[in-house]
Amino acid sequence: MEHIRLPKVENVRLLDRISTRRSRVGTLYLTATHTIFVENEAGVRNETWVLHSLVYSVEKATTTSGCLLVIHCKNFQVLQFVIPQERECYDVHLSLQRLSQPESYEELYCFSYKPNVDEEERLQEWDFLDHKADYSRMGLPNCLWKLSPVNRHYKVSDTYPANLFVPDSAASPVIVGSSKFRSRGRFPTLSYYSKENHAAICRSSQPLSGFSARCLEDEQMLEAILRSNPRSDFMYVVDTRPKLNAIANRAAGKGYENEDNYSNIKFQFIGIENIHVMRNSQQKMLEVCELRSPSMSNFLEGLESSGWLKHIKAVLDAGIFIAKVLIEKDWVSFGHKFSHRCNHLVGDPKEVSPIIDQFLECVWQLMEQFPCAFEFNERFLITIHSHIYSCQYGNFIGNNQRERKELGFWRGLYNRFDRGMHPRQSVEDHLRAIQEETQQLKEQLASHKKKIAKLEQEQEWSVTQKAATFDKSPTAWALGHDLGLANTPQDYTGDFLTSSPCQLKVPEGSLILIPQDLNKTSDSNHSNGSDQESGIADLSCRSPFSEDSTRDPDSDEAAYSAA
Amino acid sequence: MEFSEHIKTANVEDVVLRQPLHPPSRGTLCITGHHLLFSVREEVSSRQVLLLLRNIDAIEKRVNAPICISCLITLFLKSFLTSVENLFAYSGLISNAGRNESRISGSSGTITIKCKDLRVLQLDIPGMEQCLNIARSIETLSCLDCVSEMYPFFYRPSDISLQDQWGLSTPEKHYTQMKELQDRWRLSTVNKDYTVCPSYPPAVIVPMDVDDDVLKKVAKFRQGGRFPVLCYYHRKNGMVIMRSSQPLTGANRKRCKEDELLLQAVIDTSDKGYIIDTRSSQQAQQARITGGGFESKSCYNRWKRLHRHMERGKALQESLIKVVEACGDNSHNMDRWLSKLENSKWLSHVQTALSTAGLLAECVERDGHSVLVHGSEGIDSTLLISTLAQLIMDPSCRTLEGFLVLLEREWVQAGHPFQQRCAHSAHSHARLQQESPVFLLLLDCVWQVWRQFPLALGFSEALLLKLATEAYASDYGTFLCNSDQERCALGVKEKTHCLFQAVLRPLEREHYSNPLYEPTELAIWPSVHPQSLQLWRGFFLRWTQQTRHLEEAQEEIRNMVTEWGKMALS
Repeated sequence: MEHIRLPKVENVRLLDRISTRRSRVGTLYLTATHTIFVENEAGVRNETWVLHSLVYSVEKATTTSGCLLVIHCKNFQVLQFVIPQERECYDVHLSLQRLSQPESYEELYCFSYKPNVDEEERLQEWDFLDHKADYSRMGLPNCLWKLSPVNRHYKVSDTYPANLFVPDSAASPVIVGSSKFRSRGRFPTLSYYSKENHAAICRSSQPLSGFSARCLEDEQMLEAILRSNPRSDFMYVVDTRPKLNAIANRAAGKGYENEDNYSNIKFQFIGIENIHVMRNSQQKMLEVCELRSPSMSNFLEGLESSGWLKHIKAVLDAGIFIAKVLIEKDWVSFGHKFSHRCNHLVGDPKEVSPIIDQFLECVWQLMEQFPCAFEFNERFLITIHSHIYSCQYGNFIGNNQRERKELGFWRGLYNRFDRGMHPRQSVEDHLRAIQEETQQLKEQLASHKKKIAKLEQEQEWSVTQKAATFDKSPTAWALGHDLGLANTPQDYTGDFLTSSPCQLKVPEGSLILIPQDLNKTSDSNHSNGSDQESGIADLSCRSPFSEDSTRDPDSDEAAYSAA
Repeated sequence: MEFSEHIKTANVEDVVLRQPLHPPSRGTLCITGHHLLFSVREEVSSRQVLLLLRNIDAIEKRVNAPICISCLITLFLKSFLTSVENLFAYSGLISNAGRNESRISGSSGTITIKCKDLRVLQLDIPGMEQCLNIARSIETLSCLDCVSEMYPFFYRPSDISLQDQWGLSTPEKHYTQMKELQDRWRLSTVNKDYTVCPSYPPAVIVPMDVDDDVLKKVAKFRQGGRFPVLCYYHRKNGMVIMRSSQPLTGANRKRCKEDELLLQAVIDTSDKGYIIDTRSSQQAQQARITGGGFESKSCYNRWKRLHRHMERGKALQESLIKVVEACGDNSHNMDRWLSKLENSKWLSHVQTALSTAGLLAECVERDGHSVLVHGSEGIDSTLLISTLAQLIMDPSCRTLEGFLVLLEREWVQAGHPFQQRCAHSAHSHARLQQESPVFLLLLDCVWQVWRQFPLALGFSEALLLKLATEAYASDYGTFLCNSDQERCALGVKEKTHCLFQAVLRPLEREHYSNPLYEPTELAIWPSVHPQSLQLWRGFFLRWTQQTRHLEEAQEEIRNMVTEWGKMALS
């Protein structure tokens, strides 16, 4: 609390990034955990909540109408406030800078977040991802792979979990020896096993090979991995870096496996750029997204020069390569420091990387191409992105030739908060409502059938009664929409409802239906559902043409645009 | 049939067909006056592939002679004398040099067929002679100029009759249906014999107070006689969209009192109107040199002119060629793909069209003004944006039937020259003449709207794809000819079947309607931000595996809705 220099500022304007016509006036509050903007307009309770830990950067600038405060969030929300007094803006800026960069884990919101869940349930929640169950789904342990207790106390590798699977033949000294030869002790360990053909994916960090160092245990470890697949006489070692980077790393005492020292490995570089390249690329891409009214060419050029989709493709290509190898009954050992880099704590900004964004985007690209192959939807990915919990899925999607034409720009993530830009209607919502109603109707039908059978038995069956029972079901669409609202509070953010002008049946202030504490966890823009005109696009995206008007005194262009 | 003179080899056995999404198959190839017919000769299945010759945009032929030293030497020597660029010349050389039948029989040829629907097929044909005959027949028969010899005049399906109504609506019907406008607007038959404006239908809607003599004078002042006519009446506020061609003011700023009167009659004395010119103001100025021009402020003081530069003609065709080329480039390089896509400018044209249509709809729906739209000829981009604006504003245009009626009124009857514009598509090497994919651009824009409002349109993507194919090559007569006048002269309405009617047959109707359709009375304002616009994969990448997955998803949606419908009924 001591970091809040100013808890409340009146008369703040929240600008709309796309349309200047739609700025809102209200009060800005700073709390220990959130920045909250409450719109003043009478009768409407329109709040925007931003979690401090989601704040990526806070900048201020002076304009003619006041002091501009721009908050960039990690979920790509950009908020632009105009604060009347320079002094107030200064205080808010300073407070936010401190609040958004906690110095210890304890300051993070998850330690102060107290939903109405009792302790036992809370612990159960944490068991949600039962690693053992996941491994037993893969058919483990078996005679080839065993659970190793070696990292039980996180002594061998502090970044690995306690339970790790290793080849049955790998003895503890071999593992420990191998771990000493790997960055941060991340020795090769199982990440995916295919019980159909015994092929597996292992992962590790880079070896500390330098220019010539060897490690007998590490060589034995890889040998053990190779031998645990009786059907294969060699394995791939895939290095996700470009070869040049790997070579450069040798100078720092790190490097890659020398094919001469390890028996029967095939070495393969994939060429995924390092975190610094990725971070710059993402930054460039986000800048393109934030252009006020880019032309199609500006946008495509910018997207191209950011190289972002190129990197996404590289990651997907790597996935395809590994999946292919796996299907072709071979072996993969996989090395990369795949630690999550999310900038939760104050630290070296150079270590921040958009890897999780990239992973989620890759999954989204797959979903776009295989709409029927995933159980979850885009909103699930965005929810994960917002919360960045650790998650794990193991669905392999066959063997696909993927071309770069298939890769598209994920507006749903990067321009999520620009409501003017959204898809105006959601097929998913609609289908979910349909599906749920179908299910309900099925159940109703079943229960009616039962009832009828019973009544027939009792020989009291009458037509009138039957008609009466069917009356309970409200008309299909009304139900569909009610369901859409009532059943999905954790998924729905204000955006999805308000951006559809066709959701006629959404009542004013309908989001009140969402339980209060959920409101607080969700960090997105909880504006109300009354903005019936939000479907109106900003057609003022006219810059490519406006030059004409200035040259032509006879045209009424300018007059119209001003009107 | 006279076609036989173009067919030297009608049948070839043992041909291998390679087409996207199918394994190669061996069978018999047969060429007729209008079709390529390929029958698969397997015992288990007797599949047939029927391809309309009109659908073929370009072919490439390659002759694979067996390795024969004397042939190579002959070829080598001859190539000093004549540069062998054309494979026809090559074949001529060998048959002249050899005249040895057994040597040629070992040879084969490959014909690559590039279709207007962007499909690429390949035929491996045994026998060089046969291959070249087939190729020559395809080249000739795929671009016959004579409309009355085209397939729609021969297509006679068993389930529809020529007596059925041709087309869905008429200008008369359109007028009768709109009671609200009848006190201020009338139906004029000044063009009943197509003399006033050859590209207009016989009946058009004009302001009540303007008589036919005035119209005749206005027609002389507008390019191609396309005087301003009503194309849309906005029920909510009584505002209208008119369309025309450019006024022929010329270099010395000629005026036409009748033209000014007509436009004055459109708006009340107190009101003002907008003119949306689909050219940049610079282009409009330049048009005066060639006799065209624009409505100057001084002569039309109640009308405000807005210029929006929309690409047309050759530039648009070249853009299509580039985007198709980019889609066909199989090098796996992200950078090249994005720059090629950008370079094609196709998505920029989509963006311009949608935002201009949005502007038009904004004028009418939000600001409450009547608008006149024109470019130069008033038969391309004018129709494009008036159609899109109606789709944005008018719920009755968004049903399957309503959309088809809209297309019939604004494109077929309004005189978009389909025959000229759709003669060739993206693969053709023929010199560009009047080709321009304006209609395709419209369908792409409608698809973008469909993507942004998946519940608001009553038709499916399949309909848009069907229209995109049929505009270029069709069994039906709907897109034949360049105007109503030409269609009448050739008896198209009596001798061919109508695509729009065919699409509305019960089974087809199901396929072409949107299972998720939920009508809304609100205007649907599309987002025109670059982030919101996408390549129309269903069309441009239609023949790839990826598109199949999207189709599966659509099918899944249809099934879900069907199941829901059944349950709700029971």
